[in-house]
Amino acid sequence: MKHGIEYSAPIGDEVRTTTCYMCACRCGIRVHLKDGTVRYIEGNPDHPVNRGVLCAKGSAGIMQHYSPARLTGPLLRTGERGSGEFREISWKEAVDLAVKWLRPLRDTDPRKLAFFTGRDQSQALTGWWASQFGTPNHAAHGGFCSVNMAAAGLYSIGGSFWEFGEPDWEHARWFMLLGVAEDHDSNPIKLGLARLKERGAKVVSVNPVRTGYSAIADEWIGITPGTDGLFVLALAHELLRSGKVDADYLASYTNAPWLVLEAPGDPEDGLFARDAEGRPLVWDRDARVARPAVDPENRPALRGLRELPDGRAARPVFELLARRVLDPRYAPEAVAAATGVCADTIRRLASEIAHAAFEHTVTLDVPWTDVHGRRHEKMVGRPVAFHAMRGISAHSNGFQTCRALHVLQMLLGTVDVPGGFRYKAPFPKPAPPPQLPAGRPEQIGAGRPMPGPPLGFPRGPEDLLVDPQGRPARIDKAFSWEAPIAAHGMMHSVIRNAWAGDPYPIDTLFMYMANMAWNSAMNTAETAAMLTDRDPETGDYRIPRFIYSDAFASETVAYADLVLPDTTYLERWDCISMLDRPIGSADGPADSIRQPVVAPDRDVRPFQDVLLEIGARLGLPGLVRDDGAPRYPGGYPDFLVNHEYRPGVGPLAGWRGPAGDTHGTGAPNPDQLARYVANGCFWQDRLAPSQRYFKHFNRDYLAYAKRMGLIGSDDPIFLQLYCEPLQRFRLAARGHGAVLPPEEHRGRIERYFDPLPFWYAPFGSPEGDAAGEPEGGSGEGSKTDSKTGSGPAGEGGWPLHAVTQRPMAMYHSWGSQNAWLRQLHASNRLYVPDPVARSLGIEDDDWVVVESRNGSVRAQVKRMRAVNEHTVWTWNAIGKRRGAWNLAPDAPEATRGFLLNDLIAELLPERDGGYRYANADPITGQAAWYDLRVRIRPADGPGERAAPLAPPPGAPARPAVLRFGEQFRRAGAGNGPARNRSAGSGP
Amino acid sequence: MTALPDSTQRRLGLVIDLDTCVGCHACVVHCKEWNTGGYPAPLSDADPYGADPTGTWLNRVHSYEVEAPGRTPRVVHFPKSCLHCEDAPCVTVCPTGASYKREEDGIVLVDEDLCIGCKLCAWACPYGAREFDPPTGVMKKCTLCIDRIYNEHLSDPVPACVSTCPARARHYGDLADPDSEVSRLVAERGGYELMSETGCRPTNRYLPPRSREPAATAAGNAGDGGGDGASPPVLEDAPAEGGFLGWIDRLLTAADRDPSPPPDSRP
Repeated sequence: MKHGIEYSAPIGDEVRTTTCYMCACRCGIRVHLKDGTVRYIEGNPDHPVNRGVLCAKGSAGIMQHYSPARLTGPLLRTGERGSGEFREISWKEAVDLAVKWLRPLRDTDPRKLAFFTGRDQSQALTGWWASQFGTPNHAAHGGFCSVNMAAAGLYSIGGSFWEFGEPDWEHARWFMLLGVAEDHDSNPIKLGLARLKERGAKVVSVNPVRTGYSAIADEWIGITPGTDGLFVLALAHELLRSGKVDADYLASYTNAPWLVLEAPGDPEDGLFARDAEGRPLVWDRDARVARPAVDPENRPALRGLRELPDGRAARPVFELLARRVLDPRYAPEAVAAATGVCADTIRRLASEIAHAAFEHTVTLDVPWTDVHGRRHEKMVGRPVAFHAMRGISAHSNGFQTCRALHVLQMLLGTVDVPGGFRYKAPFPKPAPPPQLPAGRPEQIGAGRPMPGPPLGFPRGPEDLLVDPQGRPARIDKAFSWEAPIAAHGMMHSVIRNAWAGDPYPIDTLFMYMANMAWNSAMNTAETAAMLTDRDPETGDYRIPRFIYSDAFASETVAYADLVLPDTTYLERWDCISMLDRPIGSADGPADSIRQPVVAPDRDVRPFQDVLLEIGARLGLPGLVRDDGAPRYPGGYPDFLVNHEYRPGVGPLAGWRGPAGDTHGTGAPNPDQLARYVANGCFWQDRLAPSQRYFKHFNRDYLAYAKRMGLIGSDDPIFLQLYCEPLQRFRLAARGHGAVLPPEEHRGRIERYFDPLPFWYAPFGSPEGDAAGEPEGGSGEGSKTDSKTGSGPAGEGGWPLHAVTQRPMAMYHSWGSQNAWLRQLHASNRLYVPDPVARSLGIEDDDWVVVESRNGSVRAQVKRMRAVNEHTVWTWNAIGKRRGAWNLAPDAPEATRGFLLNDLIAELLPERDGGYRYANADPITGQAAWYDLRVRIRPADGPGERAAPLAPPPGAPARPAVLRFGEQFRRAGAGNGPARNRSAGSGP
Repeated sequence: MTALPDSTQRRLGLVIDLDTCVGCHACVVHCKEWNTGGYPAPLSDADPYGADPTGTWLNRVHSYEVEAPGRTPRVVHFPKSCLHCEDAPCVTVCPTGASYKREEDGIVLVDEDLCIGCKLCAWACPYGAREFDPPTGVMKKCTLCIDRIYNEHLSDPVPACVSTCPARARHYGDLADPDSEVSRLVAERGGYELMSETGCRPTNRYLPPRSREPAATAAGNAGDGGGDGASPPVLEDAPAEGGFLGWIDRLLTAADRDPSPPPDSRP
């Protein structure tokens, strides 16, 4: 042949497995190296998460790893904050300084340290470290992200959507995605959608925007943002109206038959009727007496007011729920206008759901045994599955909306059954999980650790982190009366509160991988200003010290006093623990590690190593031995192998025990990491077929889960249609109990802590919630009163919803400076519904001013039809501040890109008395960034952009041309003018 | 000018499923990653961190918004790379013999040793599938991963884009073999040639989105989507006898059925 081709060249000279970190998905990867350089990254076909596939981000990992935006060494600020003036310092100086700053805080008042991490995956370390330090002020980015989803799920079904549960891709016949953009968990959802379509299932997407997953849905419901709860309750209304619910499932596995006390004024009103042992009661229809719900011989009633032996009255949950959902306000015709979904469509969808659920039952010939020891010959399920994500979660009504969705699943009997939603191990857990947050005032003291983790799941007012006056104990006000079930903390409130000294001043803000000076903050410009604001009396910064760790020159680096440069994900050990964000599947638990596949070529260190060193230098208990020597001198890999949270339970579940032959629990195994590496850097266990469904009531599964340390008890996990913990808070608002909310919070608690799901208008909407948050606020145009339907354009009022999503090629990725990915998305447009654009005379690429009550930004327009007609949207986090990420000053990210964050207030408008709540869900504190309302008007150009940031010292020169891969050309083989043209031969 | 083979023994190519492509660009970047260090190395990127980052890619995804009459508007993601045409005008136009179509498998390649960078092939290709790489001065194109599909070091020797597609929207095989998986997919799903009017006879095929959406103007006439797709009627009210929620007792299993629905026991 005349054309030389080398058909079978080795890819590289070495291949190593590890775990991707281009986003939060945690796919297994195989990294091929050639001459010490990363040649090629591919999905690991054996890996349970991605099964060999890899997304655009993962494939662009090479460009992330070799990015010129990488920090090169530790930095100490020399100029003003934000000036970018730093001095390069040694690691010794950096760690010495951190220890010097932190030691007096620990010795006097550990709360003065606020330690928050962003998208990291090492919370099993960082949360524990915070507890050892003694500060309650720790969380990761979940409060910003999707805590409504997590908390509503965990308090309802002991599991959640997100990454903690998945549709039964193999058996679902009818599938609805709600508020899922291009996000969690990306590759498994894509694989699953393909499988559903291959099987002929119907895919329905409920989303204001039809892109990505919605683009391939068989049916798209372009719902108005913030109204999903109404829509879901209307579906439930239809099912209840027609009797299309799974009564046996409800009676057996949920609290539908549990009796709720009807005793107005009684301190137990609205709580479950219980026996002397505290067991919830049901009404047995034969014996006509109340009996413990756990008794398998019950024939429980699902309706009827009953009289208890003590004379009080009680009614089953199911009847209360039915009365709620059958209320005419949730009838399809009543919700059509607000949701933008016509009543006929809602009725048809409900009918399709009922048809799939009750006419196409899935039966697996797999016997299983329930917790009562009763053998079931088959697994029978209802093949209707739901999955939901941020579009549901990031609203101020997100918790109750997500609760409504779980209630819909329970009514259909489609939780952990064939064809429905499936828990991923280690879930289910009891609803809520038995883990309480530590950080009450008496749990904090100079020089001592906290007795538990900073995050958890309050059962009632007595578990809140408040002082005797009811004031927040945490800087972010999580677990206070402002956000009692803030299970992931409230990172979005930290900088604001620290700046304001509310509820108290702090000294040091310590953050990791959280771009709080840019796209991870609401109200971006003001947030940056808070970091640079000084107290006029002392001249000191209001937030006195700011330590930051990141691998890249993000916007936030410019505001730090001390910068601890992290490695890239290919340069370090890491752990994806079941104690943090598990990667288990519905068929069994799993966890994984990262191993270094290349050595750093810069003066950088893995953040976790540095954190352990700082902790040991501070002498934190658990981090030093009795003689004061570091307990984990080998750094993070030493910790991963040898640390035990409780005997036998460490960060990793695989290959425990001295011989590495036990899993789940067991003594540390010195060879554990080698075993992970030998297995492709992950561990997984497979459930027996009899354990794979009905896990909440499956005797064999629960026994297995207890044995593996996934749960503490093998008691049945009853699903909670009625969320009793909410009622406990509500009773406190009525003056019952030992821990009472301050008067000013009582109305809010009374209204929103409804133990049954309900819908209210998002706080950010001009309509406001009837009994909730008032209209008003700061900024221009705050006194307009336009309603949603006041006209499609932008004249007056706030007629448009504004939402964001991240493109799949950048979803959850850390830095869009990536040379390949930024060719796909280097600037973002504001997508405007065609009728709105037409009414304003706006064409593609025209500039507009986008205004909210909080501020304004300028954006270039792209007209669109496949979008809710009251909604504009954009790709998030494309816009960059000029000078950041080592991009050129004229990079489109800075000259044309924009963030909507500037438009989103971090606080709600003032209430009577002047108090401003966080712009968040009142139950969980979830940041409500999808509540945003705007108007738009034509503009003449991009206007003034944020002032440029100076690049940090040590930033390498940006190449004018990249010819990556040229170095891999093999001399004497293959294509190309530089090579000899040897004759290859085709097979 | 360069001659095409009279026929090829096989017609290796791609079948791309527009029903499942979510436009995630996984195939695009994975192609870039493999090929920038592979047979056509490098695929250069000009101004990679500047105002106008422009690189060479052998596969791109185009997104269009379409609105068929009576349907809700939708976004269609359309991946496109060289279609390895049987009558490839990019080959016949090549003045040096650099562009050629392989007799053994039908793959269209560029021999960079012979390429003078005249770009005639790019002008001739009606699909815009060729990319000139200014830093190296030669034309680049999809090779169907010629250095993967015959590579004995790979356990699954398929093109990079196929190996990585999370939505399983890309299929690779011999379209000359009627029994191949790709040929069966084309037959079952109505796979079509892109722009058949050009007469280039492309090898690659596209599977159209399946249509299961109810007509926007006729609510209530859709099935539940699975199986027979029958149209379930709007749900009827549950029978009223037995009082409020009387039906719930009757729904409990027969063995557990209560003969007399209990009235409120409260006096």
